[in-house]
Amino acid sequence: MATTLDKVDVVTVGVGWTGGIIAAEATKAGLSVVGLERGVKRGTEDYQHVHDELKYAVRYELMQDISKETLTFRNSPDEKALPMRQQGSFLLGENLGGAGTHWNGQTWRFLPYDFEIRSMTEERYGAEKLKDERGYQIEDWGITYDELEPYFNTFEKTAGISGEENPLGGHRSEPYPTPPMLKSKTLKMFEEAAKGLELDPIMMPSANLSEQYENPDGQTINACQYCAFCERFGCEYGAKSSPEVTVIPKAQESDDFTLRLNANVVEIITDEDDDSKVSGVKFVDTITGEEFIQPADVVALTSYVFNNYKLLAVSDIGEQYDPETGEGTLGRNYCYQIFGGASGFFDEQFNTFMGAGSLGMALDNYNGDNFDHSDLDFLHGGNIAITQTGARPILSNTVPEGTPSWGEEFKEASIHNYTRTLRVQGQGCTLPHRDNYLSMDEDYNDAYGVPLVRLTYNFKEQDKNNSAFLVERCAEILEEMGAKEILKDGELGDYDIVPYQSTHNTGGTTMGASPDNSVVNNYLQHWDRDNLFVVGAGNFQHNSGYNPTATVGALAYRCAEGIIRYAEDGGRLE
Amino acid sequence: MANKKGSEKEFSRRDFLKTTGAATGGIIGGSLLGGLVGFNLNDSSGSESQTSEDTASEESSGSNGGTTDNARMFFHNDTDFDTVTAAMERIFPESDVGPGAEELGCAYYLDGQLMGQYGFNSKEYMQGPFEEALPTQGYQSNLNRRDYFMLGIRKLNEEANSRHDANFADLEAGQMDEILTDFQEGNVDLDVPSHTATSSYFFTMLRSATIEGAYADPVYRGNRDMAGWKMKQFPGHQMSYIQYIEDDEFHEIEPLPVYGMGH
Repeated sequence: MATTLDKVDVVTVGVGWTGGIIAAEATKAGLSVVGLERGVKRGTEDYQHVHDELKYAVRYELMQDISKETLTFRNSPDEKALPMRQQGSFLLGENLGGAGTHWNGQTWRFLPYDFEIRSMTEERYGAEKLKDERGYQIEDWGITYDELEPYFNTFEKTAGISGEENPLGGHRSEPYPTPPMLKSKTLKMFEEAAKGLELDPIMMPSANLSEQYENPDGQTINACQYCAFCERFGCEYGAKSSPEVTVIPKAQESDDFTLRLNANVVEIITDEDDDSKVSGVKFVDTITGEEFIQPADVVALTSYVFNNYKLLAVSDIGEQYDPETGEGTLGRNYCYQIFGGASGFFDEQFNTFMGAGSLGMALDNYNGDNFDHSDLDFLHGGNIAITQTGARPILSNTVPEGTPSWGEEFKEASIHNYTRTLRVQGQGCTLPHRDNYLSMDEDYNDAYGVPLVRLTYNFKEQDKNNSAFLVERCAEILEEMGAKEILKDGELGDYDIVPYQSTHNTGGTTMGASPDNSVVNNYLQHWDRDNLFVVGAGNFQHNSGYNPTATVGALAYRCAEGIIRYAEDGGRLE
Repeated sequence: MANKKGSEKEFSRRDFLKTTGAATGGIIGGSLLGGLVGFNLNDSSGSESQTSEDTASEESSGSNGGTTDNARMFFHNDTDFDTVTAAMERIFPESDVGPGAEELGCAYYLDGQLMGQYGFNSKEYMQGPFEEALPTQGYQSNLNRRDYFMLGIRKLNEEANSRHDANFADLEAGQMDEILTDFQEGNVDLDVPSHTATSSYFFTMLRSATIEGAYADPVYRGNRDMAGWKMKQFPGHQMSYIQYIEDDEFHEIEPLPVYGMGH
């Protein structure tokens, strides 16, 4: 029998960026908040010996223990889904701070085009360009860039983002809070080449800060030392903006915030007397196995994409999407990230082992609708960048085409080219398709007896054409940079869950202007439960040609505002 | 650089005491120790301290992360260990640029890995049912890596026995490469259903383990003397590069291990 705890104003399910932002903002507004985090506490003090490639980058020390919970996967609805037994294609986070602990810190705002992609595409090219009849389900987000801009600005100030104006990005109400990072030689080469091709390179907006910074909440983020251990690692300096050095300590300054660790939520409870509301959540203490009910006036789902979806599905809230009929919105429009790039081999040696997770230069000339798609067989595009994130020896073994994958020739070539290979890469958008979605598996369960999420996903024509286009643009830049040999990425085949690609999973709990094509409104308030908010990259109707965190952070601030308004006035937010 | 060979030759008093059980102290009395042929230890009260003094020099010259170079935890059978050592050396051989897998201790690295989380797949989803998968669905074997590796390693030697009437470790380099290529291409039947294990996936794991052993921090018992990093000009684990990051020239920096970072 579950123990019922004292009721609070707000409960967050997960304490990473989104849960931390909501906890910080709601407590500022005088609301009582319980943050339920299924993992353990961790912070800067845990990262003092973190420069261990094997432990963190290869064995995924900071990532989810998927012996307890994973998902099942198949490429298409007519195949049998099987469990993702090992992490690969994406790396699910775990513990306090979530994936915000081990991100690189590349902090791009999505483009104005992203939020109104359906309307703007139709207006410029005509409705046929949307290819609805081919199964694409491109949607507006129910919010515009201009409406979201103040929230982007707030997130960037909280995180102290280091950057410079992007001539091809959306309007900014304020400059970046800190100046861009230092430029390494490889970045200068990219910059010169891109300018030579009449493109518009800028320093990548970075959450590895160029200087020490105190944010508006009074939290200090330190200056990056370019030690080259960011993605998959935590920062030993507290110089990478993460929830543990910003919003979580801010929330913890308030007596109204309670952080409860080892608390795995297994169900959202609908109010017995009013099915337009929820009454709280049920969770299991992962240490003792005890069950608890946490009643709350507002429930905010602030865990990762898959778990936000899962909790709605197992709690029977909303209608599951069905690709056969097109009915239902829960699980609809799952998207991912594609890449198209090239590696250039040089005679000269570069300091490839130095760097930072978002030390890079990038350009948006081929992103969004910044270029004419009239004669192209795809929409959107991608951000093209060179990064110097710090090449590490186990996972950096690029060799020229035709080199064997083992033996003396491989050894000599992989060692020779370790400091002589530069990669230019496009990070492409993915657009939603009828056959790409989340549902619940029927055969496999997690450690708590709850079914696993089933992912059905494959790359479509749109993705393949976009990727092929980006490959050529990257190769042009590398040629201009003087590479003596260029190895282009091959064609995008079937989506494969094994090799690492990106932890940019999106959709499934989408936002929009209507319950017909979305799960939540533009305050991230659930269409069927007034006091239930669902926030994260799951809200994206498609994934842009950028990293998602800035947009997730902006949506979290928007959501926090919605929760505070709801707590005051109740009802539907508009 | 190559301290493995040196330490193998040093069959020491410590080794003798260990293999005889004498080093376990109180179990065997001092008078008995004193009678052991060739090892004239003093009385029981002095034996323990003297043993540790004697071995101190050996440990500093031949140790790595607190273990002796040739200590093993997983591979109890010498033929198995010789097989995997030889196979790894072919994957990452000694060459002009520097030492190969054997000198780097890659097989010792694997030995340690198979004793822990990696060997038991303990952070991975291992609940059934196990079914035939599409290539895009990844690992679907019911075996953990300890069992998978042993299947593959034994099969490497069986192939050597049947093709050349010799153990794998005793073959010519070209003969080993031929067998390894057949494994890589999935041409060798491991006598189990393909969703349980294939020679090509075994090869993939062996290749990954070899590279990991060459370049992981020395605390994991490979990358001996940080020679893998030195070859690749990876400086290991430096606190900061802010002083160099804007420089045009390439920097050669002496590597440091994780627990040498100076925190």
